[in-house]
Amino acid sequence: MALSNSISNIFGVSPIKPLQNHMAAAIKCVDLLDPFLKATFEDNWDKATDVFDKISAEEQSADDLKKQFRMHMPKSLFMPVSRGDLLSIITKQDNIANLTKDICGIILGRKMAIPKKLQDDFIGFAESSAETCHKAHGAINELDELLETGFAGSEVKFVKKLIRDLAAQEQKVDKKEQKLRKKLFNIETDLSPIDVIFMYNIIDQIGGLADTAELIGNQVELLLAK
Amino acid sequence: MEFFTEYGAILIIIAAMAGFFMAWGVGANDVANAMGTSVGSKALTIKQAILIAMVFEFAGAYLAGGEVTSTIRKGIVDSAIFAERPNDLVFGMLSALLAAGTWLMIASFMGWPVSTTHSIVGAIVGFAAIGVSVDAVHWGKVSTIVASWVVSPVIAGTLSFALFRSVQRLILLQDDPFTKAKRYIPIYMFFVGFLIAMVTLLKGLKHVFKDNGMALTFADSALIASVVGIVVAIIGSYLLSRIKRDLSLETDNRFANVERVFAVLMIFTACAMAFAHGSNDVANAVGPLAAVVSIVSSGGDIAAKSIMPPWILLLGGGGIVVGLATYGFKVMGTIGRKITELTPSRGFAAELGAAATVVIASGTGLPISTTHTLVGAVLGVGLARGIGALNLRMVGSIFLSWLVTLPAGAGLCIIFFYIFKASFGQ
Repeated sequence: MALSNSISNIFGVSPIKPLQNHMAAAIKCVDLLDPFLKATFEDNWDKATDVFDKISAEEQSADDLKKQFRMHMPKSLFMPVSRGDLLSIITKQDNIANLTKDICGIILGRKMAIPKKLQDDFIGFAESSAETCHKAHGAINELDELLETGFAGSEVKFVKKLIRDLAAQEQKVDKKEQKLRKKLFNIETDLSPIDVIFMYNIIDQIGGLADTAELIGNQVELLLAK
Repeated sequence: MEFFTEYGAILIIIAAMAGFFMAWGVGANDVANAMGTSVGSKALTIKQAILIAMVFEFAGAYLAGGEVTSTIRKGIVDSAIFAERPNDLVFGMLSALLAAGTWLMIASFMGWPVSTTHSIVGAIVGFAAIGVSVDAVHWGKVSTIVASWVVSPVIAGTLSFALFRSVQRLILLQDDPFTKAKRYIPIYMFFVGFLIAMVTLLKGLKHVFKDNGMALTFADSALIASVVGIVVAIIGSYLLSRIKRDLSLETDNRFANVERVFAVLMIFTACAMAFAHGSNDVANAVGPLAAVVSIVSSGGDIAAKSIMPPWILLLGGGGIVVGLATYGFKVMGTIGRKITELTPSRGFAAELGAAATVVIASGTGLPISTTHTLVGAVLGVGLARGIGALNLRMVGSIFLSWLVTLPAGAGLCIIFFYIFKASFGQ
């Protein structure tokens, strides 16, 4: 017997958990950036290829999660947060996975060797950028607690603090980026011009990870404001 | 009247069977909507929900179902018009039962959204207005009933909104929500006990008191209801004291233990919900039956003041219990499995808001739809930003159910009405 008059029809699938799952998949990509870079520093391109394959797989699963998420967001849903904000957050989360894959793809494709002098700064910069993504993940993970409290009270303050930390972390990444660029500038005449162009490009994109993470934080802040 | 001495027994038997069948349908299908929220939020297992439903649906029907039953029985049609032709009223009420029952079967089979209340009201209005005369309907009363269909979800939504906001302020937004939950939840339990006791005293036991020459003033009733509320709160506090904080649950969600406390409250609101549902929806099945029985037993004298025999409400309550036992548990399982997003802190607010609205409507004799009221209550919690996602298409399907059910119930009823008239040679 069909039950179309059942009260259960009124309950949609809450977007919070799927959004968190997607962010977790994107973070898995970011976490692989560090082992990938270390493998290239060791000139171990087989290992780097392995790690890149894992990143591709994670990026793919994030993509699938994003598609599912969007499919379960019909306009007739009534949610405590705006549908547009949620869709915008998941796009940004997805950008994190995409960026990571692009960064590693270029390095692997060109077998790009980061100069020994830059390696410490480079890995520090990448780790710092990844840390920004983790802080964004932390904010996203609070969404279920926010829902529980009905987006009010001390939980809101707590999330706002997380977002402030996230912004501060992004500024640290900016400083590291400037420092790294300066160091690269000092030695760039000794390197192949094409390599240098791509190195600047990669630095840009790693910085882009942190920027995207900060944008996620901003968007979460918008959820709180409504 | 000769007609009733000749056919009285068979008419009552048909009416009793049709009434029982309707009550069975309410138990099999409708109760699941009222109790599904408790099962879905995992506050109750299906077995527990069925047990609570059996006891409290029955109690609600028996103790507080009289007013709505009397509206269905004699409030919608104008008895004066039928004074000269009581047979028509008997045929009409029989037809209404059969029409509503048939329509509910068809609709459930096809998966259309329908409401028991709307089917039966539509059916009664149908035979009276078209089968007899437009003046045979108490249009004033009918418009009050229709207005209550609009108002009841709104009131339930407002109540649930306020309840959830109060929970937010008193418990969820506090520094130590677990301790605060244990402290404040007995107050809500008090309200549950008070509400049920008050309606029972004011409406349900009125006749019992009258028969025994007792009379309770409003203040007396309020006092007794308060005592009942306090007893309920004490029982609740004892149950709450057995909930110990389990920190291992809090790694994933810091409110996991708070929700466990609310789950205890939800046992109580589920009782209220079942009571409310019983008090309102049983009337759909037994109201027309009561009309038939009273006309037949008074030999066709519609105006005669007759007290409704208690066996009628017993039959209705019994039908619900049988419906639950034979089919309702399956439906409840299905609905419960589909409701996964509702946590006890929200579920209780929705249930209590809906139960209060339905019980008050029952007290005033207004037949409303429990499901629609509960939908209004859930939307109220949603407006307080309490629920992850609600599908507003359900609201559309409610309007559809109005548009479809009223004329369908009326049409079927008219057909049955003429069949009865023809087969009894009238």
